[in-house]
Amino acid sequence: MIVCSGVGKRYPGGLTALADVSCEIATGEMVFVAGHSGAGKSTLVKLFAAIERPTAGGIVVNGQNLAALRPGAIPYLRRNFGLVFQDQKLLFDRNALENVLLPLAIVGTPRHEALRRAQAALDKVGLLERAKANPVALSGGEQQRLAIARAVVNRPAILLADEPTANLDAESAAGILDIFRAFHGVGVTVIVATHDPQPQPGARVLRLAHGRIAA
Amino acid sequence: MKRWLVQHADALRDALRRIAASPLSTALSLFVIGIALTLPAAGWLLIDNVRLAARSASGVQQISLFMAADADRKAAAEIESRLQSTAPGAWRFVPREEALKRLQGGEGMAEIVASLPRNPLPDAFVVEPADTSPAAMDALAKTFAGWPRVAHVQLDSAWAHRFDALLRIGRLAVAMLGAVFAAALVAVTFNTIRLQILAQAAEIEVARLIGATDGWIRRPFLYFGALQGAAGGLLAAALAALGTHLLNDPVAALAALYGSGFALRGPTAADAAALAGIGALLGLAGAQISVAIHLRRFG
Repeated sequence: MIVCSGVGKRYPGGLTALADVSCEIATGEMVFVAGHSGAGKSTLVKLFAAIERPTAGGIVVNGQNLAALRPGAIPYLRRNFGLVFQDQKLLFDRNALENVLLPLAIVGTPRHEALRRAQAALDKVGLLERAKANPVALSGGEQQRLAIARAVVNRPAILLADEPTANLDAESAAGILDIFRAFHGVGVTVIVATHDPQPQPGARVLRLAHGRIAA
Repeated sequence: MKRWLVQHADALRDALRRIAASPLSTALSLFVIGIALTLPAAGWLLIDNVRLAARSASGVQQISLFMAADADRKAAAEIESRLQSTAPGAWRFVPREEALKRLQGGEGMAEIVASLPRNPLPDAFVVEPADTSPAAMDALAKTFAGWPRVAHVQLDSAWAHRFDALLRIGRLAVAMLGAVFAAALVAVTFNTIRLQILAQAAEIEVARLIGATDGWIRRPFLYFGALQGAAGGLLAAALAALGTHLLNDPVAALAALYGSGFALRGPTAADAAALAGIGALLGLAGAQISVAIHLRRFG
């Protein structure tokens, strides 16, 4: 459950990315945050995971008020989220499996169980046979699926994706959306920022324009 | 608890992997750290050996306790029982007859001794205190002098005091040298860790974003610094052992010329462990400072 009330974000230099955004995303919901380029989609998504801090208003994630969060508590907040970034942020000094193992290592999952879960996550996104491949050797769609495997391996309550299909062809993009829908189907809250929302059954579209909620 | 152990084991493995990943640069920093620790360690060994050599030179660490010339054996027995209860270390009773006999043994002394009307020598005790610090020796001598029928207590305390002062200067010099090289070790580790953090920037950024705590990010670097320092300490112990080994024969030969069986003492296993521990602590300190400064850039 995420509640935003009157959220604003102004960057140093005067750019206002968000102004007076109020919204509510219920647990288990699938929401597309849509809008033109520069509408504030990425900023809103970053505010949810405390990657950015709002300059006005308040955000409450699973009952936690982000404004009152100590810096030391931020890592634990982020563990509620599976994050898929626009630029994937994969690590190219290790293979696909080791990329997926990173979130498990962070929470101290025992090696044996970690391997099992990482393989299961790769299997879920259809990359199990590419486990030993370096991300460089993967196609754009495969890289995005690898990023999703890394995001979900810790079974987060909320999957948060920023333009996950922006650089993909239609077929790969459809595949990514199928994966998101599958997670939504098992009760995961899915929030996807995209400039091009496809109508999905059971999904809601939250439209932003110039940093405000559009009607 | 289990997760905590897993995380530490992971961090240790990570640190070892980083060491293995850059063998040349690790070897070079190890070498620098080893030498930085070898010099003060060698200085410390040198002082220790000088102290041992001085102790093996005879006469320095003894207190001679002379009875009054007219004191009888009963008085000597009294002193003996007092020595027993004070237990200052080892002692030996030298009766006046034995002293005279020894005097007779000296070249040209037999006639002189024979011409004496009676034995002019007193009974004596030679005490080798367990605690040979000048202060303790002085205190003992003062105690002995206060005992009944003791005519004279002899302690070459001026020599002991001078020697002790010299040792103290030596120790201070080694400590200062050690402090300088300890700072060098911290600086070397600081820089090694800085380069590692730059090399790991991508991983650190991603780990932060997906919920890694500062502690988790720091841990491998801290292990790395401590491991590198400990290895440097062991290297220093090995170098010092090699040095004493190479010097031992010439030193033994020199000692033999002076009629002494003195041999150099090299670093013991405990010394090596202490060096490794000191190296680990200094490496850890360097890593701590480096991590605290350089990770701040990753908000």
